[in-house]
This record gives sequence, C-alpha cells and structure tokens, in this order.
Amino acid sequence: MTDEYTDNKIETKAADSSSGSYAPPAETIPAQEAPDQELYHAKSFWTKWVFSQDAKVIGIQYALTATAIGFIGLILSWGMRLQLGFPETFSFLGPATYYQSVTMHGMIMVIYLLTALFLGGFGNYLIPLMVGARDMVFPYVNMVSYWMFLVAVLVLISSFFVPGGPTGAGWTLYPPQAILPGTPGSEMGIVLMLVSLSLFVIGFTMGGLNYVITILQSRTRGMTLMRMPLTIWGIFTATVLALLAFPALFVACIMMTLDNLLGTSFFMPEIFTMGEKLDYAGGSPILFQHLFWFFGHPEVYIVALPAFGIVSDLISVHARKNVFGYRMMVWAIVIIGALSFIVWAHHMYVSGMNPWFGFFFATTTLIIAVPTAIKVYNWVLTLWRGNIHLTIPMLFSLGFIVTFVNGGITGLFLGNVIIDVPLSDTYFVVAHFHMVMGIAPLMVVFGAIYHWYPLITGRHLNQTLGKIHFWVTFVGAYAIYFPMHYLGFIGVPRRYFEMYDSPYMTSGVGLNQFITVAALIVGFTQFLFLYNIFTSWYKGETSERNPWKANSLEWHTPDYPPTHGNFGKELPVVYRWPYDFSVPGSDKEYIPQDVPPSQVPTAKAEQT
Amino acid sequence: MSQFDISKLPKGQKGFMYDWGSDQRAFKGVPWGKAMMWIFLLSDTFIFSCFLISLMTARASTVVPWPPTSDVFALTVFGVELPLLLIAIMTFVLITSSGTMAIAVKYGYEKNRKLCGWFLVATALGGLTFVGMQAFEWSKLIFHDGVRPWNNPFGAEQFGAFFFMVTGFHGTHVSIGVIFLFIFARKVFRGDFDTGRRGYFTSMKSDYEAIEILGLYWHFVDLVWVFIFAFFYLW
Repeated sequence: MTDEYTDNKIETKAADSSSGSYAPPAETIPAQEAPDQELYHAKSFWTKWVFSQDAKVIGIQYALTATAIGFIGLILSWGMRLQLGFPETFSFLGPATYYQSVTMHGMIMVIYLLTALFLGGFGNYLIPLMVGARDMVFPYVNMVSYWMFLVAVLVLISSFFVPGGPTGAGWTLYPPQAILPGTPGSEMGIVLMLVSLSLFVIGFTMGGLNYVITILQSRTRGMTLMRMPLTIWGIFTATVLALLAFPALFVACIMMTLDNLLGTSFFMPEIFTMGEKLDYAGGSPILFQHLFWFFGHPEVYIVALPAFGIVSDLISVHARKNVFGYRMMVWAIVIIGALSFIVWAHHMYVSGMNPWFGFFFATTTLIIAVPTAIKVYNWVLTLWRGNIHLTIPMLFSLGFIVTFVNGGITGLFLGNVIIDVPLSDTYFVVAHFHMVMGIAPLMVVFGAIYHWYPLITGRHLNQTLGKIHFWVTFVGAYAIYFPMHYLGFIGVPRRYFEMYDSPYMTSGVGLNQFITVAALIVGFTQFLFLYNIFTSWYKGETSERNPWKANSLEWHTPDYPPTHGNFGKELPVVYRWPYDFSVPGSDKEYIPQDVPPSQVPTAKAEQT
Repeated sequence: MSQFDISKLPKGQKGFMYDWGSDQRAFKGVPWGKAMMWIFLLSDTFIFSCFLISLMTARASTVVPWPPTSDVFALTVFGVELPLLLIAIMTFVLITSSGTMAIAVKYGYEKNRKLCGWFLVATALGGLTFVGMQAFEWSKLIFHDGVRPWNNPFGAEQFGAFFFMVTGFHGTHVSIGVIFLFIFARKVFRGDFDTGRRGYFTSMKSDYEAIEILGLYWHFVDLVWVFIFAFFYLW
C-alpha cells in the first residue's frame, strides 16, 4: 500500500473540492430539511407481523413469498430436465405439461422470484436502513404493495388448478398462439397469467414509488446521492426502469385479456383454426412483441442492476478496499438503465422487421457493453491488491463476476443480427440468458443473503453448508449451461419436448443426460440452502455486531438487529461514503459513514 | 429551512449534478407526497402512451378503412347533424373542472375551508358530468349505432376495441378522481387538515398539500383527455 499512496497525493486530492460531490466541509452538516418522519406504531400481533407497515418486515415477507414461488419454479425445471435428458425413462410430462412447465418456470423466475426478491425484498429491507430513514415514506401503500404481490402470486398458482391448466405459451406469451386452442392453458390459464401480471404491476408500482421517493427525498443528514452505497444506486435505477417499463407489460396484458375474453382483435390477425375462420381480423401480433419487449429488455436490467450494486458493496467490504471508480460505477448504472430502453427489438431480429431497424438495435445493444465492461473492470480493480477475505459472500461475488462475463460475452454474439439469426431459438440463447440473468443475479442473491442474514436475524448461516452450497451451485451451473452453448451451436432448437432421433442428437443425447444430472444436483443444493436458512434462524452461531466490519449505516443502528424505527431517538449524520476501508493514516481499519472527521483526525480520507 | 446554498455551486452541468445529488433531498422544499405523485404520473404517462401508440400502429396497419370519426361522433340536434358536439361539451366541462380544482388548491393554502371544500365538490361534479356524458356516448354507440369492441358497421374493427378500451381506462381514472375529490371535500369540511385528524387507513396526519397533490392527478387526467380527444375525434 505504502509505496504508491504517498501522503502528498492524498492531500492534494482532499483539498481539491471539485473531485468530490457538493458536500458541506467537514463537521458542518446542514440541519434537517424536513421534520422527522412520523411513524406508524403497530400494537397488535396482526399489525406488527402480518399487516405490517414496517419496511423490514415487508421486505422479509416479500423475500419469503418470492423464495417460495421460486422453489416451485425450480421443481418445474426438474421436470423439464428429466424429460429432456431421459425422454424414454420418464413419461410423467406430456408435451402439453412440458410447455406449461417451460412457461411457468420462465415467468416465475424472472418476475415473481428475481424482480420481487431484489426490489421488494432487498429494496424494502435495505433502502431505509442504508439511506438513514426510519421507514419508507408511505408505509401504508408499501404494505398494500406486498399484499397485491401475494394476490398476484396466488392467482398465478391457482392457474395450476383450473381446467386446462396454466398457460403453455412460453414466457413471452406471443399471440396469436397464446390464446388459440391447441396451446395448453388457452382456456383459463392464459387469463389468470395476464391477470396475475397486471396485479403484479399494480402492486409493484405502489412499492416502487416508495423506493424511489424514499431515496430521493428522505435521506438522512449528510447523505448526498454520491455517498449512497452502490446497492442503493442499483435498486434505485432498477426501480425507475420498472416504473417506466412495466406500463408496457400492463397495457399488453389488458389488450390480450380483451382479445381473449371479449374477442377484440388488438393482436389477432385474420386467422383459421382447424379449418375454420375465426372472428378475429386485422390485428397486429408484432405490436404485442414490441410492447412485451419494451418491458422485457429493461426487465433484464431491473434484475441485473440491483445485482451490480449489491455485488459492488460485497466486494468492497470483503476485500477491505474502497470501490474502484465509485462515480464511474454510478454513471455506468444510470447509463445502462437509460440504454436499456432503446434496445428492445434485438429480441425480435427474426420477426421480419426491416433490416435497418435491426442494424439500429444491434448498435445500441453493443453500446451497452461499454458501461457494463467498465463495471467489470472496476470490480476486478477493486479486488486488485485488496485484502480479500474468502468469506461466502466474497465467493459468490467472485462467482458472479466470472458468470456475468461469460453470459455477457455470449450476449455480444446474440446482439449482432447476423449471428443471432442462425442462433435464434436454439439452446445457445437458453444458455446465454440463464448465465447472464439467471445464475449471475442469483449468485448475488445468495451472496447478499449470507452477507445480510446476520443483520436480519443476529445469527450467521452455517458456514460449511454455505461452502457446499457455493461450490455445487457454481460448478454445477457451468456443468448445466456450458454444454447448452454447444447444443445451440449444433442447432438443437429450444422449447422442443423431445428430439427423437433427429440428426442433432448424436452427441446431444449424452450431453442432455449430463445436464439433467447436474441440474438435479444443483437444485437439491438449493434445498440445502433453504434448510440452512430455516435452521440457522434458531440454531445459527450468534453474530457479533457488524460481523463483516462494514461502513454503511444498516450495521450501525443502536439496536442490533435493527428494530422498529431503525435508528432510535436521533437519526445518524453521515460524513463520508461507505467505502472508507484501510484509509491511509488512520489507526482504524475502517471508518463507518457516521464517524465525523474529528474522531479520525489522522485519516487521510478522500473527501466524498 | 434549507442551508443548501445554491450560489456556492459550480456553474453548468457540474453544478446541476451537485444540486441533484445534494444532501437529504433531491427536490428541495418538495414534500415527498408531491414528488411521489409526479413519479406516479410519469409512470401513468407511459401507460397512456402505450395505449395511444398502439392505436396509431393499429390505424396505420389495418387493411379495412378507419371509420369516418366526424360522422360516428355526430349528434343530431333539432334535425341538424352536428359533428363533435357532445365531445366539445365534455371537453369543456372537464377543462373547466381543472379550473375549479386550481381554485380549490388556492383556497386550501389560504386555509379557507368552506370555499376549498365547495370548489372540490364543484370539481367532482364536473368529473361526474363528464363520466355521465361518456356513459351516454357509449350507450349511443353501443345501442344506437351497433358499435362493439369486436366489430362495428363503420369500418376497421380496431376502432371499437381501442375506443372502448382507452376511453374506458380514462373514464376509470376520472371516476377514481371523483371518489377521491368527494373524500377530500369531506375531510376539508370536517377540518381534518387543521385539526391534524389522522387518516382512517393510513393513520397519518395530513395537510392542505394533499389538495394540491390531488390537483396534480386531476390536471393530469384532464391533460390525457386532450390527447385522447385529439387521437380519437380529430384524427
């Protein structure tokens, strides 16, 4: 550390105020701008734990519900894998059930698990704590948001039990096939799916408004935007994306519901089924694709950006080093978010659109690689010469970086029209998006759970089980998805119930069996993780206060774990960013955000 | 209130960013409720934009000609066919209710309970009139002209689908607004914002800023109507 970082350099940096954000000098933090937030004090068990208005409880409710439905998604994937790997041996999944599994697995994992877990779960728990607020600004609406989400989940589950079963239209729900007879679940399943999605959007909007406004308007004294942990930046930008992208999904859902129930022709062209002309005429199926992907592409970043933010914090804390290029990281998040709105048609290269259109969208798509690469470099540079602790959160963070780079690079292939066309609808696509928006964000979810579990429960998760969980998940994910790239290259189409003895399936058969076995093992390990979460709640090793020696506010509440109102009588005052680790000249290894400069006079911390 | 000193900010883009990122609040002096309503309206704008852009694509891509709107939306009064008569009145009523809403906000901030409340009621009545006339228009189209969401005698069947969906969605917005206007009128008459009486559901105190926030919503609904008006009736 000492050779490059001479005291001189640090001092010039600190004196140059233009390098930091507009922050009041040293100890003079401005007075509180708005009166202290009024809190809702629950009195009964019901209002405290069930119909709770406390963001921490709501966060846990969100996380538990999302996890529960996520495990259903996991089990569905087992059924699909058994069918694909051993089509002769296992016959419990017919073609219709297979499609239904594919559809429900996709929708559950993307929306009801990842979106709800990152924004509803982590967002609710961490935003007020990390920005120094007592709660979300509108706790009542925040509570309603969770209950809307729960109803949406229940409606989704109910579609398993209606005549015809859940929809089997694929998670993209493309019309006209989604609502025509012949597609499984075209009776009630598709309607329940669309209703559930609409409810989810309404519920999410209620929560999302809370997240955005709490971050913008309810920070504690001294907490400038450029002193916020990157976790908050990620969740904030993702929520803004969601508030602007979900409307397109909502509109598409309404229109398709009307097509289905009333017989309107928004998306339905003149069409024959079983030799009979239907009453539909003149609608545009492509319109649905545009609406869906105008939501669908930002959705990728709604999942990815919180992961980016959280992983930055995990890496910084567990490598005891400040985040390399914090401002660049913030700008990268914002720019990725903005770009994600003008790339949607790269999902539609084969829809028959004008080639120039594809050219435009390929260009914007590839531009996203620039801010994303900046982020990857900065994570690596944060690790560089850091004091890396190979804790479980750090292991998962490292796993994330590798997996994300892998999935990102195949994204460059698919972003080019000319390479996408032959690869379209093959297992290459499946491998790509599972790597980049399945495994990579899930790695962060796991790392984050191991990181913040002590904060929530006051206990650590079992470390041995955790290490097993990490290694099996990490190695297993590669065992599952690397072969899929190859399957894609030899041309195996996705979404096929069975390949029979098609020419692809010479080397494909063994690979498919291998993938299935790996998927079963990885899936089983997730149950081990679930077991770990529930048993450690009561039996886990008690954690001391701030076990990871982190700087951000959530670890420095008067009560540990934090209680109702978060910060006791006085809200904390923030003097620095959350990344003052190993500051030169300081006798402390880390300086929490609420420590004033006067308490660490020798520290040569950069002004933030 | 705020010690944030704008004059110390660097000039230009940098100053803009420092201002945005400054301590505690991004929007200085803006209560959170108002900021929240603005963001919600932004989100809602995206919903209506998706509806109207879908309408535009449908109109551009349909093979059957679009119905002649000035004939479809004409009223026969005393034997004279007047195109757009009803819509003109509806639009006038709705825009007028925006005016009364603005006056209600003004009297709210002056803590003039009586006038604030009555202007809220007037606004709500304007909204009700609008919804009533819309119901009349719908029933005329459905029962008299035979327009259905799935077909109509005038031309492309997307016309009926989009018309009922978009005006219905907007009418729902107006109806929700009317309900809230009545609720808030009652709150104002009862003096909730002066006595600090807590909300039934939220159990939070509120003040006359709530009227302005409701006003934002109402003006937004009116503004959306202007676009719907333009796209359905004038195009």
